[in-house]
Amino acid sequence: MNLNDLAPLYAELSLAVLSMILLVYGVLQKKGEIARKVAYGGCFALIIAGMFLYASPHDQDVRLLNGMFVHDGFGVFVKTLILIGTGAALMMSIQYMYDEGFARFEYVVLFLLSALGMMLMVSAGNLLGLYMGLELQSLSLYVLAAIRRDSIKSAEAGMKYFVLGALSSGMLLFGISLIYGFTGSIDFVAIGEYAASENALSNAGLLFGMVFVIAALAFKISAVPFHMWTPDVYEGAPTSVSAYFAMVPKLAAVALIIRLLMGPFDGLAEQWQQIMWLMAAASILWGGFAGIAQTSIKRMLAYSSIANIGFALIGLACADEQGIGATLVYMALYMVMTAGAFCVVLYIRRDGLAAERIEDLAGLSQTNRYLAYVMAFFMFSMSGIPPLAGFFGKLVILQAAVAADLYVLAVIGVVGSVVACFYYLRVIKVMFFDEAEQALDKSESKARHFVVTLCALIVLLFIVKPEPLINFAMHAAQMIS
Amino acid sequence: MIAASAFYLFSAILLMSAIRVITASNAVHSVLFLILCFFNAGGLFVLLGAEYVAMTLVIVYVGAVAVLFLFVVMMLDINFEKLREGSRSYIGMGIVLGLVMLAELITLYAVWDENAIGATGGTAATGASSNTEIIGSVLYTDYIYAFQLSGLILLVAMIGAIVLTHRRRSDVRRQKVAKQVGVTRDDAMEIKKVEIGEGLI
Repeated sequence: MNLNDLAPLYAELSLAVLSMILLVYGVLQKKGEIARKVAYGGCFALIIAGMFLYASPHDQDVRLLNGMFVHDGFGVFVKTLILIGTGAALMMSIQYMYDEGFARFEYVVLFLLSALGMMLMVSAGNLLGLYMGLELQSLSLYVLAAIRRDSIKSAEAGMKYFVLGALSSGMLLFGISLIYGFTGSIDFVAIGEYAASENALSNAGLLFGMVFVIAALAFKISAVPFHMWTPDVYEGAPTSVSAYFAMVPKLAAVALIIRLLMGPFDGLAEQWQQIMWLMAAASILWGGFAGIAQTSIKRMLAYSSIANIGFALIGLACADEQGIGATLVYMALYMVMTAGAFCVVLYIRRDGLAAERIEDLAGLSQTNRYLAYVMAFFMFSMSGIPPLAGFFGKLVILQAAVAADLYVLAVIGVVGSVVACFYYLRVIKVMFFDEAEQALDKSESKARHFVVTLCALIVLLFIVKPEPLINFAMHAAQMIS
Repeated sequence: MIAASAFYLFSAILLMSAIRVITASNAVHSVLFLILCFFNAGGLFVLLGAEYVAMTLVIVYVGAVAVLFLFVVMMLDINFEKLREGSRSYIGMGIVLGLVMLAELITLYAVWDENAIGATGGTAATGASSNTEIIGSVLYTDYIYAFQLSGLILLVAMIGAIVLTHRRRSDVRRQKVAKQVGVTRDDAMEIKKVEIGEGLI
């Protein structure tokens, strides 16, 4: 094997090398705003990785390194989103790090390494590669959640995330050992061949193992009933980290589930379809109803993310190409809306302190007109009101559900999103019709301004040209199924 | 015969010490029982012919992890009785969940059929070479990807430990080796000529 054979891995390799270079730079640098410089360096590293990704072959399946790494169109789509999402979250963080006093260059390095873990995990070719990638990203995220170590809430968030993450890792390993024990292989192709054969259905061990693996990954995407940690962690972690949690790791974990279910477990579709159906319905309803009672914006967005994951799982419950494509489109649009909404939350500061209750938004339309309108767009979009982007996300998912004869699930989806409308619209009501509070602190972060404006433009103008994203996603879905 | 009795001996001690790990009221005893557990699990691995795994278990878990546990338990002043308060209310639920898991495992064991397995991978160690040798021959070739990734994971663990615990303290006088070594005679000494009958000042 020579270096050219590794061309599909260049994106990951460059990200790994650049993050280590940034780490060494940060350690050696003594003066000035190191975290800010390293953060810009991090954005640069993500761009470099993206260029390598773009240059890699898109249309073929390449299996590398003893089958542990798979490069295909599906991986390219998801990795593109991972890089964009990580870059956006990084840009949102820069000013916030200094405002909250946890500006450390390790923050950026951990961001990059977790992105690397996610990229490796979505191109896993066997169960070993899957586990290693998953651990790399989770371990970085545990540290990020607890990075404000002087704050009890942040430490609690990190601890909770760590304990439940460790539990889910244990379940994952248990499932993997069952799958290995009952099929004799950890390779996705070999497991897939076995699962498609006739005696797979009578093999209880394989089914048990699959259920354990799905449950472990459901922890990562916080689908009901594995969602308990989400509101607490989102509330306790620094807001920029919560934004990252909601945007990128979820997308990566959904992609990993897709790769598993459409790859090795394709032959068992009838079995896992029921699981997906149940988790989708439960997440939509629970995310919708429990979000109503929240007073903190971050907790509300956590429940919103649970409900949205439910919607994305509808596409998986369809278990066909159209459903997978719809899930990918939905996750991409959800990422944009969440990035925007969290960005607005980052702006809400008074007297140098972050304000995180919904009432703190009161009268935003008078004190900061631009922010209020942008937030209104995101909220309308999340509740699925046309012609904003969120509507199209829900539309493709419901189309796929109806095409796959999942009428009940489609109805549950509609009911759930109507319920969730309540808390999205309440934010708008508070911003536009309540009495104005004291004005917000002036923000000077150009990077954050850029992200929020870009997200708003995508949400507004998606209707004008939806084809690029939808075609890209459908192509990715075609490659995987 | 000897192997069978050794198996029962190791398993019995393993199970008993595992139970003591969670029931011992003294945390130090818990850790010591945990070490006993690891030793017996190592013994079971030897019986299976996996002597490398057995060695790693003893060296890594007993030699490093458990000893660290012991240090932490002994050096931190934590009232474990207080931590355990209220945990009784979860016992019922815990037992139910444990029984469900046990029932699942028994079911799995009952349906285990060696012939039904796909048998695609899995090469048994041949008699000629030890399994240490075989692991060594694939670890840096076939499994280089996983090996490098574990390196990255350890890097993250290191960064994480430093980020979460390292504090720069201002009230500590640090040793600066370069400065110490770089001292010249002129910095440290001064030669004065003292006249007889007069002091320096």
